[in-house]
Amino acid sequence: MAKVIIDNIEYDVPDGKNMLEAALSLGLNLPYFCWHPAMHSVGACRQCAVTNYRDANDTRGRITMACMLDAKDGTRISINDPKSKEFRAGNIESLMINHPHDCPVCDEGGECHLQDMTVMSGHNYRRYRFKKRTHVNQYLGPFLNHEMNRCIQCYRCVRFYNDYAGGKDFNVFASAGRVYFGRSEDGVLENEFSGNLVEVCPTGVFTDKTLKKHFTRKWDLTSSPSICHGCSLGCNILASERYGSVRRVLSRYNGDVNGYFLCDRGRFGYEYTNSEQRLTRAAQKNGSAETAFKDTANFINSKPKMIGIGSPRASLESNYMLRKLVGAENFYQGIPSAEGESVNTALKMLVESGVKTPSMKEIESYDSVFVLGEDVTNTGPMVALALRQTAKTLPRQKAYAMRIQTWNDAAIREVVQDETGPFFLATPYSTKLEDIATSVFHGDTTQLVNIARLVEGGIRNAGSGAGDSSNQDFASKVAKALLGSKKPLIVSGTGMLSKSVIQSAASIAVALKAAGKEVGISYIVPEANSLGVAMLGNAGFLEDAVKRSNEEPVSAVILETDLFFRMESDLAESFLNKLDKVVLLDSLENKTTPFADYILPAGTFAESSGTLVNNEGRAQRFYQVYVGKYDIKSSWAWLDMIMSQSETPRPFDEIVAEMIASNPMFEKINEVAPKADFRVGTQKIPRETHRFSGRTAMNANISVHEPKPPVDPDSPLSYTMEGYHGEQPSKDISFFWSPGWNSVQSINKYQIEVGGELHGGNPGMRLIEPSENGVSSVSIDPVSGNGAFEVLPAYHIYGSEELTSKSPAIAERTPGSYIGISSAALQKKGLNAASQISIQSGNRTWSLPVKIIESLPDNVIVVPKGFSKTVGMQFPFFTDIAQG
Amino acid sequence: MFSSLRSLWLVFLKMFKRNVTIPYPEKKAYLPPRWRGRIILSRDPDHNERCVACYLCAAACPVDCISLQATEDENGRRYPEFFRINFSRCIFCGYCEDACPTYAIQLTPDMEMGEYNRQNLVYEKEDLLIDGVGKYPGYSFYRQSGVAVGVKPKGGGDKEDAPVDVRTLIP
Amino acid sequence: MSETWAQILIIICVLLGTVTIAAGLIYVERKMLAVWQQRSGPNRVGPFGSLQVLADMIKIFFKEDWIPPFVDKKVFILAPTIIMLSILMSFSIVPFAPGLVVADMNVGLLFFLAMSSLGTYTIILAGWSSDNKYALIGGVRGAAQMISYEVFMSLSLMGVVLQTGSFNMTDIVNSQKGLWNVIPQFIGFVIFLLAGIAETHRLPFDLPEAESELVAGYHSEYSGMKFGMFFVGEYLGITLISCMIALLFFGGWLGPSFLPGIVWFLIKMFAFILFFILLRAALPRPRYDQLMGLGWKVLLPLSLLNVLVTGAIVLLNS
Repeated sequence: MAKVIIDNIEYDVPDGKNMLEAALSLGLNLPYFCWHPAMHSVGACRQCAVTNYRDANDTRGRITMACMLDAKDGTRISINDPKSKEFRAGNIESLMINHPHDCPVCDEGGECHLQDMTVMSGHNYRRYRFKKRTHVNQYLGPFLNHEMNRCIQCYRCVRFYNDYAGGKDFNVFASAGRVYFGRSEDGVLENEFSGNLVEVCPTGVFTDKTLKKHFTRKWDLTSSPSICHGCSLGCNILASERYGSVRRVLSRYNGDVNGYFLCDRGRFGYEYTNSEQRLTRAAQKNGSAETAFKDTANFINSKPKMIGIGSPRASLESNYMLRKLVGAENFYQGIPSAEGESVNTALKMLVESGVKTPSMKEIESYDSVFVLGEDVTNTGPMVALALRQTAKTLPRQKAYAMRIQTWNDAAIREVVQDETGPFFLATPYSTKLEDIATSVFHGDTTQLVNIARLVEGGIRNAGSGAGDSSNQDFASKVAKALLGSKKPLIVSGTGMLSKSVIQSAASIAVALKAAGKEVGISYIVPEANSLGVAMLGNAGFLEDAVKRSNEEPVSAVILETDLFFRMESDLAESFLNKLDKVVLLDSLENKTTPFADYILPAGTFAESSGTLVNNEGRAQRFYQVYVGKYDIKSSWAWLDMIMSQSETPRPFDEIVAEMIASNPMFEKINEVAPKADFRVGTQKIPRETHRFSGRTAMNANISVHEPKPPVDPDSPLSYTMEGYHGEQPSKDISFFWSPGWNSVQSINKYQIEVGGELHGGNPGMRLIEPSENGVSSVSIDPVSGNGAFEVLPAYHIYGSEELTSKSPAIAERTPGSYIGISSAALQKKGLNAASQISIQSGNRTWSLPVKIIESLPDNVIVVPKGFSKTVGMQFPFFTDIAQG
Repeated sequence: MFSSLRSLWLVFLKMFKRNVTIPYPEKKAYLPPRWRGRIILSRDPDHNERCVACYLCAAACPVDCISLQATEDENGRRYPEFFRINFSRCIFCGYCEDACPTYAIQLTPDMEMGEYNRQNLVYEKEDLLIDGVGKYPGYSFYRQSGVAVGVKPKGGGDKEDAPVDVRTLIP
Repeated sequence: MSETWAQILIIICVLLGTVTIAAGLIYVERKMLAVWQQRSGPNRVGPFGSLQVLADMIKIFFKEDWIPPFVDKKVFILAPTIIMLSILMSFSIVPFAPGLVVADMNVGLLFFLAMSSLGTYTIILAGWSSDNKYALIGGVRGAAQMISYEVFMSLSLMGVVLQTGSFNMTDIVNSQKGLWNVIPQFIGFVIFLLAGIAETHRLPFDLPEAESELVAGYHSEYSGMKFGMFFVGEYLGITLISCMIALLFFGGWLGPSFLPGIVWFLIKMFAFILFFILLRAALPRPRYDQLMGLGWKVLLPLSLLNVLVTGAIVLLNS
């Protein structure tokens, strides 16, 4: 702790901070632009000027930048000193000289950091009478809108895009007053985290293009704390609604999970919730829609032989309720066994290995990384972003050793340059993280498992092992580097759908633990709730369900699963045809819907509440944002209504309590979120801001008599603006706002210290903690199957996930389907890349264009997962290729 | 006591004065141009909608009776997809006019809006939009702002320089 | 026999006449207030709005007569009838012209005082039975105000009685043939005027209903024709007090003979009614304590003094 004096008041602040951070953490208001809590200080914008005094007797002081001033014992500054105030007002006047008269048509207006800071600094009248400098904008793809005129040259965008997120296609150009932030030419911003520029940019240079189409101001949005359903990482998001459709998604700060950022799949993938394809009304095949629910309930309660097909993209509660409805022995996970067993293995490793699985925030604190088999950028993008920071852990130490402060970003970057820490990748094909990798290995499943064995052997024997020379070289490098570091991190996942790969990763981690390292292991799993469904307990997979339907005539309740996405289409079709009756709960119309006898419209993340378990085993609650159209309800609500044959479901808390009681692993879910009767004083927490507008007009076209606002019985949040308008408790933050801070920068006010935990702790409960003793070694299953080529899935951040791929912006970024193969392999087979090639899987031939991926080993081909032309392909398999 | 008698007398004398009231429907009162009556949406001198759907009127409205949705035309010009005022809630405070950065929303000297059915007091954009500039002739927001939305090229607005050439090396 | 018929005719005439005048006063009051406030007043129904009363009557008869569930029902219904009854009874002693009187009692004036005391009940009962704090406060105020002002209302009239030597109204009028009582009994007149306003709780002494503080005072909970009775009762009261002033101090029907006595009487009566309306148009309401202070500290001693002086003069003259 250091004692600093601000405006003659003494404060205790943690060591290693700068004065800007210290002041903001203390709740004081000090304007800033270039400083960002995740990217620290460069002292470029000159906005956080304060007067620094040498000691109590110094009456003159000198103006200095708070963000470049160490908060050490005895530092004495004044924020309210007239001199520094005047300096700040003058500075912002200069910054505003060329700022256009755009606020009314600017999407940032009302949540603009520049607006806030201008007001805070007291500059209120433009004295500049001359012409303003203008810029030509660029087309930056379907995600971001570019309006360079508004730029105030804070450099945050380049610092984030290039330095933090590792982007290559964006930079700052020109000089003097002409400084331009953009690409060298028009084109799509390639980085997976480009969407964060919306939040990073203090003004409206980069704005959300998907929001632009149905623009709504921040104060008009009804927002709920939610969890991203786009992948298994469970990033915290704020989903916002207006006039019955989701308008945008913002990152919701969670110091343990995603921090300030979000990937583009999570940010722009929400649009499927507004799709024309949404199922909105209960329906049945032969009968009236009005009685559809009643008939469904009657049918199910007539106790036919029934199986349930659960879903890794449905909430824990929904899966639990389905399991309860059909009975545990009739419950199957709606995923192929290859995927299911991988997830089960990953879960087993997390529980039994005794190795800690770190949160995303903790990942950044490790110092060496070995990624085994996972295309992290595409399967768990935010982990890739965290790994980019991890790669700089050791190089940064060098700067610290030179007594450069941890927050002094520019100086640290000067020392670090492009250096990265020990960072090893062993994947089937080249991934985007390779630019920071120390060394890379490409191989098929067998080779990767062998590499892992070698690494493990290397660690156990301190550097010596058996194997062929080239592999040996890579493996020993990895082993040496991991052994040489303090906190090695192993990253793997279910991407290759191979149990062996997952076990191999664990075996390395266990070996490192045995070597006394503070090792961490992180698995990426396929979907938002894959791990949660696996935790529900022994359930078969789709293959088992098919087998069951062959043995006896059964009906099925299918929960949020498109069988055609998970199975090969003819298999799915024959399975669905064989079922007596099909009850389907889903949110979007898909190929499975025509087979359903009864359809109950399920809410997406926006219209339902539930709990998800992310890849770390962290249970997190997502809250309904708004009441869905017509019949839309949470799946658990439908299932509960069926069981009780009533028109209203039980309260959510009751179902959660029942679920917790059913499984000791879920015990901590109790603390994930406050109960529905939680109140701040006597008040609920509003989903709407206190400036919410149009309440008496928004429905007036339907009827001038205003309807009673909906009541939320399932959460302490209200659907209106009525309620507690101070700082919301950390688990129920429906929007970030603080007086004078309308932009997302108000997050500072919600944190104990800048960039740290939220007041009241970060939300989410870890359900899995490493066991005390753990195992001494992990047995690795042999890799099975052989053929000319091993076909592996290629993951695409835009397109491989079922629901987000239906969002227009994401769909625009989805490439065409292809078969990826190295040119050497193609040559060896005597085929050419000009025309399509075909592969055989099951009893179907897939014929797709060729994409040359040189990094692939000669015996591996990849096919994108989940694309419209490749959907249903069952990875991994062995086959031969042919032209045509 | 005396003052009471005096006021009795003075009030009595009023008997012989002219009425100050106007028999309203037969005789119309003069309403000044700044009278806060029926709200309209005006057009700019180029005859385009002035409203840029910035939502400030809706935010300023103390009774929340304005609701709108922004949309954009093919040039990126923002305008309201719908613009609704529920006059059965409106208190004619004029905050919306104050808040409007483009002079689009204006209050007019018309207050004869009585309806037998409340539903008829819900005015949509078609009902609100007039064909003129209203009280503020000559102002065109998109000529002042920095965005190019078909009204002018980038850098072609009032008080704007031509776009910067980022490739020049001249200091 | 014919005398009986004549008597019945008189009763009917008086009854209808007074009620019609009272109803008509609604229009007169609104119109006169408008005139004094430089407005038009009712001018929509009929020529110059003259059918306004009719429209109001139709409206009030067809209004829902709502009895709130929390009130003391019997008393609640009874209260408004008392005011109508007591005031109409008082009219029985009013001689509109020689011989045109329902009951020419020799204790006529006392009967009038007795009946006006009964009027207090209507306010107390209405205020209490409404089970509403505003109504109750209004009722309590009304009771205190009326009881207080009753004292010197009677005392102020004692001068007239002393001079005349009779309580009979006809005698009192006849005794003014030479000189109207207003000259010798000026103090008595002023006190009676003030007490009359307070008795009828007209503005500015309408503290029992004082709408700015008590919603509508003792009749807050009333609606429909029950409210109508309070309303008409008030105008009946004004008419009655105007009649009494004309009779007691301005010589009743006496006047130059080019007009019949009844016309003189009506002219005098309407003049005072208009004066009552002018009071309403011109004066603000005093505070409650000012009203009571005026009564007990000024009017009571004054009226006692008046009785004393008049008595002495009468004694000396005899």
